[in-house]
Amino acid sequence: MNPVSNPILEVENLGRRFGAFTALEGVSAAFGEGRITAIIGPNGAGKSTFFNLLSGALKPTSGSLRFSGRDMSRVPQARFAHLGIARSYQITNLFPRLTAHENVRTAIQARTHRYDFWSRRDALTGLGTRADEILDAVGLSGRRDRPAASLAHGEQRALEIGISLAADPKLLLLDEPTAGMGPEETKEMVALLRRLGESRTILLVEHKMKMILGLSERILVLHHGRLIADGTPSEIQADREVRRVYLGQSGGYGHA
Amino acid sequence: MQTLDQTVVEAPPTVPRRSPIALGGVSRWRAPLSILALLALPFLLPSQALAVNVLIYGLYAVGYNLLYGYTGLLSFGHAAFFGTGAYLTGIGIGAFGLHPLLAMALAVVAASGLALVIGTVSIRSRGIYFAMVTLALAQLVYYVALQASSWTGGENGLRGFTVSAIDLGIVSLDILNPLTKYLFVLAFVGAALALISRILASPFGAVIEAIRENETRARACGFDVERTKLLAFVLSGLFCGLAGALSAIHLSIVPLDSLAYHTSGTAVVMTLVGGAGTFFGPFVGALTVLVLEDVLSLWTPHWQLALGSVFILFVLFLPRGLWGTALGRLTALRGRR
Repeated sequence: MNPVSNPILEVENLGRRFGAFTALEGVSAAFGEGRITAIIGPNGAGKSTFFNLLSGALKPTSGSLRFSGRDMSRVPQARFAHLGIARSYQITNLFPRLTAHENVRTAIQARTHRYDFWSRRDALTGLGTRADEILDAVGLSGRRDRPAASLAHGEQRALEIGISLAADPKLLLLDEPTAGMGPEETKEMVALLRRLGESRTILLVEHKMKMILGLSERILVLHHGRLIADGTPSEIQADREVRRVYLGQSGGYGHA
Repeated sequence: MQTLDQTVVEAPPTVPRRSPIALGGVSRWRAPLSILALLALPFLLPSQALAVNVLIYGLYAVGYNLLYGYTGLLSFGHAAFFGTGAYLTGIGIGAFGLHPLLAMALAVVAASGLALVIGTVSIRSRGIYFAMVTLALAQLVYYVALQASSWTGGENGLRGFTVSAIDLGIVSLDILNPLTKYLFVLAFVGAALALISRILASPFGAVIEAIRENETRARACGFDVERTKLLAFVLSGLFCGLAGALSAIHLSIVPLDSLAYHTSGTAVVMTLVGGAGTFFGPFVGALTVLVLEDVLSLWTPHWQLALGSVFILFVLFLPRGLWGTALGRLTALRGRR
């Protein structure tokens, strides 16, 4: 799969050490526009570190990270959102007592109205309409005026993605978007991700193998902080090394 | 409530959707409605002095609520702003012979400036540490006032600046007439309420609520959390300073107590009893606490003990406060319909 023409995100020889411990080492990959890529690997493989580097939460100790051709190694985390990289969290991270609409509307506002205490919120219809579009896109228009805390778990995860979409990101980093979801909710989330993937680059960390094999066009496998495989789902399934370290563990398709 | 179409398509909705529970409508009218309610107050309470106190402490609590109820910062030092507003109004009138309105304006500016200083120092600490830092800094202001007795009258409080009339150019307001005084104070409180309502309905109002709800997420969204908190702190100090300035005009003395830590506590108690994070709640809280104080102090010299017990009961059984609980019931009723 690798070389990708016109990549939006490129990492080269990316690595991160914590003192004597090497969490990630020598990872090189390029990601094109409008694709869904999954990152898998056993616990402790370096998936979270990789994600934290891509979202700016951590700075690499070696290698480079380029987004739209721009070196991101020294860019502060807050700028990542403005440049078009957004992430969702493994643990649901919302504004619990605000309505679904207000959650998204406030997140959109971060780009334009940070210290405006004179306009009327509801007169800024552009923001409200955009929030409604996003709620529509993540399938939550029916929950528009419900406080985030009162939503079902799956809906909260969708809202979490809605907040990430507020910054209109080109690259969406999703950390276990279906964590804690039942089969029905997972199905809805997969449909949502598929729709979002049409116009955006999505990287996601997941444990549910069946879902990943159906959803993503490309899979990266990390093991002990190294990239051991990078290919299409069928290539990954056929890969001996991957079968040995990962898939083999639970006899094939892993945790459904 | 869920009558909106549930289909999930990318097409943007062409028809703007209004919230069925039109809270936006309520927020548009909350300031005028509050002012109307406050207009009736002097005719419902046994004394005009009590009514004026409800206005002043209500505004004090509303200013505090901006920080505590809406931004989620528990300060224990707001007496510093109330007291500064009161002292500087008194000193401006008494020592410098300023027009009362000018003295009040300068006092409010000074209280906001003090809030900028105290806020800058305290805002980086969180939770109980934030409360302790604000308390310590407010105590500092208290001791400055105690020591500078040639200016402040020290323990005896500030006296000798009686305001009996306020010259407005065209008319002179007779402040000794209780109703005129009430309306004079209400003019300021009403303007402050309109301003606060506007701030809460603004995008900035959304940011402070977002910070209260989830600071980490607010930061990830791209908000400068520290700067926003500081701005909220200064605005809060401004309104508390105005309440202090009005209290100086009302009482014609400034007791040293207006800077003491229990005055800071009063803001917390009134806000919680009325309902933190509600627009009119602090007024309900101020009314409840002041009336209880009046009634209980007639019964027993240990009225503070009784008031304390009432406060504990509130925290345990009515955590959303009187007004907050009433609003909650009302919303539930309308939602069911």
